[in-house]
Amino acid sequence: MRKEVLIGGFGGQGVILAGVILGRAAAVYDGLYAVQTQAYGPESRGGASRAEVVISDEPVDYPKALNPKYLILLSQEAYDKYLSFGDDGAIILIEEELVPHRNKELEERFKVYALPFTEIAENTTGLSLTMNILVLGFLTKVSGIIKEESIEKAVLDAVPKGTEELNLKALHKGFELGKKALNGEL
Amino acid sequence: MRYPFSVGRSDFIQGDEAIARAAILAGCRFYAGYPITPASEIFEAMALYMPLVDGVSIQMEDELGSIAAVIGASWTGAKAMTATSGPGFSLMMENLGYAVMTETPMVVVDVQRGGPSTGQPTLAAQGDVMQAIWGTHGDHSIIVLTPATVQEAFDMTIRAFNLAEKYRTPVVLLTDGEVGHMRERVNIPDPDEIERIYRKIPKSKEQGKYPFRDWDGDGVPPMPVFGRGYRAYITGLTHDERGKPKTVEAEIHESLIRRIVDKIEKNKKDIIDYETFDLDDADVAIVSYGIASRSAIRAVKILRKEGIKAGLLKLNVVWPFDFEMIERIAERVNRIYVAEMNLGQVYHLVKEGANGKAEVELIPKIGGEVHTPKDIIERVR
Repeated sequence: MRKEVLIGGFGGQGVILAGVILGRAAAVYDGLYAVQTQAYGPESRGGASRAEVVISDEPVDYPKALNPKYLILLSQEAYDKYLSFGDDGAIILIEEELVPHRNKELEERFKVYALPFTEIAENTTGLSLTMNILVLGFLTKVSGIIKEESIEKAVLDAVPKGTEELNLKALHKGFELGKKALNGEL
Repeated sequence: MRYPFSVGRSDFIQGDEAIARAAILAGCRFYAGYPITPASEIFEAMALYMPLVDGVSIQMEDELGSIAAVIGASWTGAKAMTATSGPGFSLMMENLGYAVMTETPMVVVDVQRGGPSTGQPTLAAQGDVMQAIWGTHGDHSIIVLTPATVQEAFDMTIRAFNLAEKYRTPVVLLTDGEVGHMRERVNIPDPDEIERIYRKIPKSKEQGKYPFRDWDGDGVPPMPVFGRGYRAYITGLTHDERGKPKTVEAEIHESLIRRIVDKIEKNKKDIIDYETFDLDDADVAIVSYGIASRSAIRAVKILRKEGIKAGLLKLNVVWPFDFEMIERIAERVNRIYVAEMNLGQVYHLVKEGANGKAEVELIPKIGGEVHTPKDIIERVR
């Protein structure tokens, strides 16, 4: 079963790292096939940034996300550009503070979770840049595409030494919020 | 031997990183380069790993210097590599010919991006195929490999070193920005299970005097190692079997160049590698290679579901080229499509191979995005 994930935002949000961690969790720890690709502008911060992850139980041929079932949209630009790519019934996570202008009609096709992820990350760990990890936790919980322990291991592989606890805290907050979302408690 | 990365297990890494690790595992101990997107990660990895395996990684003043250093290193007995992208590959053309003429085993990686000139640095393309084959001047042959996945980038890097050493020739690993930057799982084998080929070296002082004599009839002369007692003379000028310039004698030029060409062309069967998908009973064949072939595989799967008998020939080596195989395919199918990320390069080889037995059409794609399966399906349907 081919599952496509698209993460869009701007440079500095950890968009590509989130894609790498998700792909690693699937390919190395869940024993699945996964391809992570990326697109970014020449700037390292501020420019548009996109990561795509295709996960499957068989070898992945075409490596890009055509009709993603899962979208993480972390900027207005990413929202405007990629929302319509979503497959019917796709799970869409939106950084609501950064996406002030929404297309409610189009969103009806999807299962949308809009939260101020950056603010929540800052309140949880004291660092807004742990937002990408928090969102991954949320996606893991609401999608079930990879195992929770696999994403934990992949986060620990990828984050800088000394920040493990901080990032796990963000991840677990994501799990917690995801669980609440599934129970309709958000 | 301790390696500066884990071996005998799988990892989730970029194509560029896989190429660097495979080179180290193949025995490469000299790397010279100049940073360029989207090949810089190969250099970064080499700069990190080489000192830890008693190798050398050096930043040269430019790509001319990089390939020159690699040629020199190879003559000291080292397995050596450089990596670049289009603009740097253009600068390497002169010395690529020098490597062909002096029969220097080495690997040149071209991580293709959009061109010509500086073009689209961060985006993938397959526009350097003809350059890889024919970019250096004069009659010659060369070997060009085209990986489509990160695992293939790893495996073909090892193969590139083995072919370079076996045939005493430069080998081009022709990949692209998409494969170079994508991450996938790579199974990194136990180093003891990797097949490594090393060049023939002279067996006697007599053989050492003739760095360009084919002693055993396979077209590949033993290669002396600088510093181990042989006074080898190496030049890009047409030379005799001792390596001395002989620039006006037609027969010397002819025997040298024919041997350099034949050692590759006559061993096509050993060098050429390809895969087929659903091709045996196909009415329509798609020929593709590298990253574009992954869209073509998906297109074939979808077309088959629609009842269209499509099949794929995925080329893992684009030179030497099996024109006869293309003709055999052309005899069985109605039409051949060539899907590649350029405005038609391997298309011309396929057309020559088809020899009028089937229509050959190009499915081009430029601009940086890989063909979508739809791009291919709509043309074939």
